[in-house]
Amino acid sequence: MNWADPSPEREATGGQPLLETDDLVAGYLPEVDILNGVSVKVREGEIVTIVGPNGAGKSTFIKTVFGLLRPRKGSIMLQGESIAGRRPHDITRLGMSYVPQLDNVFPTLTVSENLEMGSLDRSTTKAQIDRMCELFPRLGERRSQAAGTMSGGERQMVAMARALMPNPKVLLLDEPSAGLAPAFVDAIFEKTEEVNREGVTIVMVEQNARRALAMSDRGYVLDLGQDRFEGPGRDLLDDPKVAELYLGGTARIDAAEADDSEANGPEEGPTRQDSSTV
Amino acid sequence: MEAGSAAPASDRTAGERIYEFLGRLTDLPFAIRAGAGLVLMTVILALVESGLPGGIETVALIAIVIAGIAALTLTEGRPALVAGVVVIVLFGILLTYHGLLAVSQTGITGLSNGAIYALGAVGLTLVYGILKLVNFAHGDLLTFGAYMALVASVFWGLPLVVGIVFAMAMTALVGIALEKVMWAPMRRRGAGVLQFVLMSIGLAFVIRYAIQYVYGTELRTLGVDNTSTIDFLGVRIGQTQGIVLLVGLLILVGTGLMLRFSILGKRMRALSDDLELAETSGIDTSRVILWTWVLAGSFAGLAGVFAGATTQLQPELGFEFLLPIFAAVVLGGIGDAFGALAGGLLLGVVVEWSTLLVASGYKSAIGFIVLIIVLIIRPQGIFGRARSI
Repeated sequence: MNWADPSPEREATGGQPLLETDDLVAGYLPEVDILNGVSVKVREGEIVTIVGPNGAGKSTFIKTVFGLLRPRKGSIMLQGESIAGRRPHDITRLGMSYVPQLDNVFPTLTVSENLEMGSLDRSTTKAQIDRMCELFPRLGERRSQAAGTMSGGERQMVAMARALMPNPKVLLLDEPSAGLAPAFVDAIFEKTEEVNREGVTIVMVEQNARRALAMSDRGYVLDLGQDRFEGPGRDLLDDPKVAELYLGGTARIDAAEADDSEANGPEEGPTRQDSSTV
Repeated sequence: MEAGSAAPASDRTAGERIYEFLGRLTDLPFAIRAGAGLVLMTVILALVESGLPGGIETVALIAIVIAGIAALTLTEGRPALVAGVVVIVLFGILLTYHGLLAVSQTGITGLSNGAIYALGAVGLTLVYGILKLVNFAHGDLLTFGAYMALVASVFWGLPLVVGIVFAMAMTALVGIALEKVMWAPMRRRGAGVLQFVLMSIGLAFVIRYAIQYVYGTELRTLGVDNTSTIDFLGVRIGQTQGIVLLVGLLILVGTGLMLRFSILGKRMRALSDDLELAETSGIDTSRVILWTWVLAGSFAGLAGVFAGATTQLQPELGFEFLLPIFAAVVLGGIGDAFGALAGGLLLGVVVEWSTLLVASGYKSAIGFIVLIIVLIIRPQGIFGRARSI
């Protein structure tokens, strides 16, 4: 299958970043900034995961990048073009798609209609739907079923397939595993890797941090609206400081993660000055 | 029902006991509940008619009810089919009492009124579904449309067809203008539901009194021929009414097809499901919203011309249609465009049939009795899905 680029580069370094934010500041309420200067670089072909405790601004970051929130300061560049302040449907035309966290399908529309809503070029809609049904065979069996009657995992597949309809270069995923049964979590992460192998760059925010970092080329740790650590996914996982602070301790297991990050929260300790990258 | 943990029977109030009884009823199989409902409806009708029709008609009536129960057993989980079966049985029962001619005659009048309701309802429900705006000014858009037709075809002397097109275009323009100067800026500033409701009620008065200021309160007519009739298989149809019915149904069928199959219709339904998701999926939502106002406005204008043509024009014209239009929207399931189309037609027919049983002065009450009964059984409306209720 041919996704965005016929010859996907898998180099983790060098070249102009595909997506880059510089010192991004944003928030919902006047005078209250959720993001306090986030600088993230994503290169073509990478999987980049952004982790961090609850309230760190992960979802806010991804929404700002996708134009759902107007940045107050800083820049967002996609393939060298500034997209700050542009509306989401314009951004999809520039080669970036977004899969929201929950409520990410049109419940009264059928699976086919859901996918059609993601198409930007009507002449290729049919062929693209067929391709998506090949990638997600489960959807192929249920083309005319209303998406609202499907399970959480199936909806996540519909949402991802819809986002892939316009052949994006970059796919933004907001907590793709949130609220899914364990079997579907595996399926979704496997599909994400498969899509990435076809040349689509992946940027995701994940609560399930260990699992996501393990499959990522690089990761960022966000805390209190700033990027605190950056590095290859494996290195972040192995770093005791990151693990202790943001992954709920090295000895814990994935399953307890969601609760832990909530309980531990961002601690205001001396280690927080450790903002130099790993 | 937690019968075991409940208080002793003597401590419970009558209301609690009734609720418990009703709770057990809902555990009965669907076929039994539906059948009992149908029999209850028949008994009430027979009481209102003071007895059975007698002779062969009584045999037919019983056969129709039994066939209806049989049909209902196949419809579990498909509320639209249930509604269809109930309407057909109702048709059959009325037939045994009043004969084909009377039932068809009232049915056709009902369909033509229903077409007006449905034209108003589909725009109202789309605007609600997409913008979450309960537009109380929608009825006054009907009035505006009727007066625009008056201006074009009576004051300027243009043919009525041109007047209708003019009315539709002008009402669509008003819809777009209001979106641009009122609704879109309010949404951008994050106005709440109450602000929108109050603005729309205020707007309703502004439009009504602006029309009254310009054209006065006197009754006016569009000068259409309301006396000629067409004989169709023995049924007498007023010429104007026939045109309303024919054009209305054609447009409604076209709208249904457009919503089901065209890309714009699918996008409208997508926006109605989730506006932000539609935008992030790559849909230019501002454009779809404008098209929605074009559709809602032009259909309101057309409904207004139809309403004015079959009755008379006065500044309260549209306001009188607002409640039945809302009823049609809620009956079909609020926000559901197909539901609004069906709800409008259903309401029109059932209300008109009721004139066979009770004086026609009571017919708007009958419409709301139907609405209340349907909502008790299905709070989300006939086509609505049980979400955010």
